[in-house]
Amino acid sequence: MSEFAEPAGAARAWWTRLDVASRVSLAALTALTVAALAAPLLSPYEPSQQLDIIALKDVPPRLAHPFGTDHYSRDLLTRVLFGARVSLSVATLAVLMSAFVGTAYGLVAATLGGRVDAVLMRLLDAMLAVPRVLLLIAVLALWSPVPLPALVVLLGLTGWFDVSRLVRAEALSLREREFVVAARSLGAHRGRLMLRHLLPNVLGPVIVATTLGVGNIIVLEAGLSFLGLGAREPVPSWGTLFFEGTEAFIGTWWAALFPGLAIVGTVLCCNILGDALRRSLDPRHLHRS
Amino acid sequence: MTHTPLLAIENLRTYFHTDAGVARAVDGVSLAIAPGETVGLVGESGCGKTVTALSILRLVAPPGRIESGSRIVFEGRDLMELRESDIRRVRGNRIAMIFQEPMTALNPVFTVGDQVAEVARIHDAAPRKAAWQRAVDMLEQVGIPEPGLRARDYPHQLSGGMRQRVMIAMALMMKPALVIADEPTTALDVTIQAQILDLLRGLQKRFGMSLLLITHDMGVVAEMASRVVVMYGGEVVEEAPVARIFSQPQHPYTEGLLAAMPRMGRAQERLTTIPGTVPPPTDWPDGCRFRDRCSYAWEKASEHPALTQVAPGHFARCHLALEPQRRTKAGAARG
Amino acid sequence: MSRIPGAEGREPLLRVRNLTKTFTRPRGLFGGGGETVRAVDGVSFDVFPGETLALVGESGCGKTTTGRAVLRLVEPDAGEVIFDGKDILKLASEPLRKLRRRMQIVFQDPYSSLNPRMTIGQTVREGLIIHGIAEGADADTRVRQLLEEVGLRGEYAGMYPHEFSGGQRQRVGIARALSVEPAFIVCDEPVSALDVSVQAQVLNLLQDLQRDRGLAFLFIAHDLSVVEHIADRVAVMYLGRIVETASRDALYGTPRMPYTRALLSAVPVPDPAARRERVVLAGDAPSPTRPPAGCVFHPRCPDPRRDASCSATVPPLEEKARAHFAACIKEPSSLTPRDQ
Repeated sequence: MSEFAEPAGAARAWWTRLDVASRVSLAALTALTVAALAAPLLSPYEPSQQLDIIALKDVPPRLAHPFGTDHYSRDLLTRVLFGARVSLSVATLAVLMSAFVGTAYGLVAATLGGRVDAVLMRLLDAMLAVPRVLLLIAVLALWSPVPLPALVVLLGLTGWFDVSRLVRAEALSLREREFVVAARSLGAHRGRLMLRHLLPNVLGPVIVATTLGVGNIIVLEAGLSFLGLGAREPVPSWGTLFFEGTEAFIGTWWAALFPGLAIVGTVLCCNILGDALRRSLDPRHLHRS
Repeated sequence: MTHTPLLAIENLRTYFHTDAGVARAVDGVSLAIAPGETVGLVGESGCGKTVTALSILRLVAPPGRIESGSRIVFEGRDLMELRESDIRRVRGNRIAMIFQEPMTALNPVFTVGDQVAEVARIHDAAPRKAAWQRAVDMLEQVGIPEPGLRARDYPHQLSGGMRQRVMIAMALMMKPALVIADEPTTALDVTIQAQILDLLRGLQKRFGMSLLLITHDMGVVAEMASRVVVMYGGEVVEEAPVARIFSQPQHPYTEGLLAAMPRMGRAQERLTTIPGTVPPPTDWPDGCRFRDRCSYAWEKASEHPALTQVAPGHFARCHLALEPQRRTKAGAARG
Repeated sequence: MSRIPGAEGREPLLRVRNLTKTFTRPRGLFGGGGETVRAVDGVSFDVFPGETLALVGESGCGKTTTGRAVLRLVEPDAGEVIFDGKDILKLASEPLRKLRRRMQIVFQDPYSSLNPRMTIGQTVREGLIIHGIAEGADADTRVRQLLEEVGLRGEYAGMYPHEFSGGQRQRVGIARALSVEPAFIVCDEPVSALDVSVQAQVLNLLQDLQRDRGLAFLFIAHDLSVVEHIADRVAVMYLGRIVETASRDALYGTPRMPYTRALLSAVPVPDPAARRERVVLAGDAPSPTRPPAGCVFHPRCPDPRRDASCSATVPPLEEKARAHFAACIKEPSSLTPRDQ
C-alpha cells in the first residue's frame, strides 16, 4: 500500500516533479562532482605541469587544449578540473561543518529554552556582530599561507550563525506541535525529544540552507583566493585561477573566463537546486497526498 | 420550480488534472436555486461541495478546470461564457461569497471599514466618503455595535464572531441576489453561531436574497434551509424539502449520515456508523459510487443510478427508488 | 467541595483542587510588564475510575489548558493534582515519568499529532521503548496488536502518517496512548476535526476501549451532542472557571446555570419541526485579560433575576441539587435537609 516503501520510488517520484532548470542543475552538479573526483583519469596532464614553455605558452582554446594554456604553458582545463576538487571540497566540508554546529546550537537552545536559550541567543548576537568577511581576511592575512584543512575549519566556524537561528526558530514552533507534546506525555526526556522528534523535522530547512550555502562558500572562497589569501599553489582553487587569469587578461581572455564561468555556473546550479529542494520540502506536500 | 430559477447549474463537471490522475471533484452536478430561497448543500469532506461553490464564481484555480459542457445560468446568462472582466462584475456584486475562516479571508493590513467600503468603490465607483458611509451603515445592519468606531479597527482586534459579521457586511454591500456561504459558522463557538445564523435569517428577510448554505452540520441545515441537496462522490445523491430529508431520507448515505449523528435528547448506546471510507476522487467506483458502503447493495449496484423522483420535489440517485422492496431490515442489519 | 457528584463511596482516581494557570503576554524589550490571562482560575473536580467526565465550554474557557495542566504538560501556578494518591505537581522528574504511564492524552488535530517523519509503527512503539515495556520482536507484536485493537491493520505499521486519512490518524493517536497501558486518558477534542461518519466510528471505539480496559476519560469538547452521548458527568467552564457540574442527565435535563441554559439552547437541532425557546446571548465573550467583576458571566446573562449583586460577589460552586453544583447566587438550592 505504501507507494514510497523504497527510497528509489520516492526519489523517482521527486525527479518527475522537478522542472527543466532543476533537472539540468542537478545533472550538471553531478557531472561536475564526478569529473572532479576523476580528474586524474580525465586529463593526460598534471595541473602544475609546464608543457612547453616556448611553444605552448598562452595558447588560445583549441582541440588539444580546450581551455587553452596559461603563461606557464599549463593546460587550463586540467587546472580547472583540479581546481574543482579544491573549491567543491572546501565548500562542501565547510558547509557541512556549519550545518552541524548550527543545528546543534539551535536545537540545544530551543530544547532547553528559558534562560539557557536567552544566553545562547545573546551570545549568538554578539558573534554575528563581527563581520565575517573582514574577520576571515584578517585571520588569513596574519596566518598566510593557510593549509586547506584550516581554511575549511575557519569557513565552517564562521558560517553557522544563520543556520542556528533558523533551526532554533523551527524547533521552537515544532516544540508546541502536538506530536512533541505527545512524546512528552509518554515520558520522553529532552534528549529523545531533540534527536527523535525535533531534529528530523528541522532537517528540511537545513538541507535547503546547506545547498544554497555551498554556492555562497564557493564565491566567498573564490573571493579570498582572488585576494591572495586562500588556497595556494600547487593546488589552486578556482578563485586563484581566476586571479591569475585576470593578471594577464589582455590578450589571454580565456585564462580568466573559464574559471569565472566555472564559478558562476556552479553557484547558479546550487541556487536553482536549493530552490527546488525548498519547494519540494514544503510541508504543503507532506499532508494530504 | 414554478418560476425561473435565479441560478441553474447544469451538469457541472470540475476536474483537477494532477500528476496522480484526474480528480473528478464535481462530476455532473445539477442544481437550481429560486429567488429568496435557502438551499443547504451538505456532505462530508471530499464530496465536492466547496468546489461546486467555487465553480459557480469560476474561482477554481489550475490544475482545476471546469470542463466543457458545464452550464451555470445566472439571471438568464451562462456564466461560463462570460469574459474574465464580465465575471468580475458579477463577483461581489450579484453573487457574493462568505468563507469559513474570517481571519484568513480578511486582509490584516487594512481596517475593516476600508475593506467593506472597497466593495462599493470597485462595483459602484463610489467616492471615498460615500463608500465609507455605506460601509458604516452596513456594519450597523449586521449588528456591530458602535459601527463608526469599529470600522477603524483592524481584523486582529475583533473577535471571531465580529469578523464573520464583517465578512457578511462585505458580502451584502451591493445587495447581491445570491449569497454563497461556505461553512460560515463552523469555526465559531456555538453561542456565536446562533447569533450569526439569526443574523443571516434576518438579513435574508430584509434583503430578499437567495442563500446557498454549504455545511456538514445537519442541525444548521434544519434551522436555515428550505431545501437540502446531499452530495457524495462528486454527485448529487439526494435532493428534497428540508422536512422530508429528515423524516424520510431515501438515499442510504443520507440515512447513514443522520443515524451517525449523536443527537441531543436521543441518547443511544452506540452510534450507527457507515462502514468503509470515502473513495478518492481520482478513482470513483464504477456504477453506484456508494456501493461498497451500502448495506442494501445488490447486483444492480454495478449500474450507475440516475437521479429519480420519489415524491414531489424529492429526488434520489439510488436504485432503491425503483425497487423499494429491497430496502429490507435484513439488508440494513448487515451494515 | 463537600459532596462530589457520583461519590457513592468510590475513591476518585484523580482529584484536582484549585488548579490555576496564568499566562503573561510579554510586553517591552525584555518581556516584562505584560497583560496576564488567568486561563485556569481555581478549577476543582474529581474523576472516578472507569467513568467519563466531560469538560465543556467555548473557545477561551480554559478547558484545553486544564487538560494539559492535569497531566503536567503545562506547569500550573497553583493547586493540587492528586493521581493514585500522589500529587503529581510535587513529583520529581523520574517518579513523574513513571507515573506518566498511567495518564495519557489524545489530541484534536490528526494532522499535527503524529510525527510526519516516523512510521506509525514507530510512533506506537515509542512508549514501549521509553518505559522498557517490550523490545525487538516482542515490541513489534505488541504494536500490531494495538493497531488491530483500534481498528487498523497490523501491516500498516511501516507506513507514514500522510498516507492515512484523518480518522485513521486519530486511531493511531489512540493506539499510542494505549501502548503504555494507562488508567486515565485526557481526550482533547478527539473528534472535533472529523467528519460525522468518521466521528461516530471513533466515538464507538473510545466507548469500547473504555469498557474493555476500564479506562477513565476526561473528555474535553465543545460539541454538546457528542458530549451527551459519551459522558457520565459534565463540567461546564467559562472564562477559566467551572460554573456547573452535574451528572449528564441532570445537566441536560435541568441546567441550573444561565450560561449552561444558553449553551444548550444554542445547539442547532437536526429537526426542522422543532421550535425551541432559543436563548441568544448578546455580545462576545469578554477578553480573558479583563474578566468582569463578580460573576464572570453577568454582563451577558439573559436571566431576569440578574442584578447588582451579581457583579459584586464571585459566586461559589454550590450544591443546588443532589450531586449537582452550579455557580449562580440567584439559583436556589433544592436540597432538602435529608440530602445534606
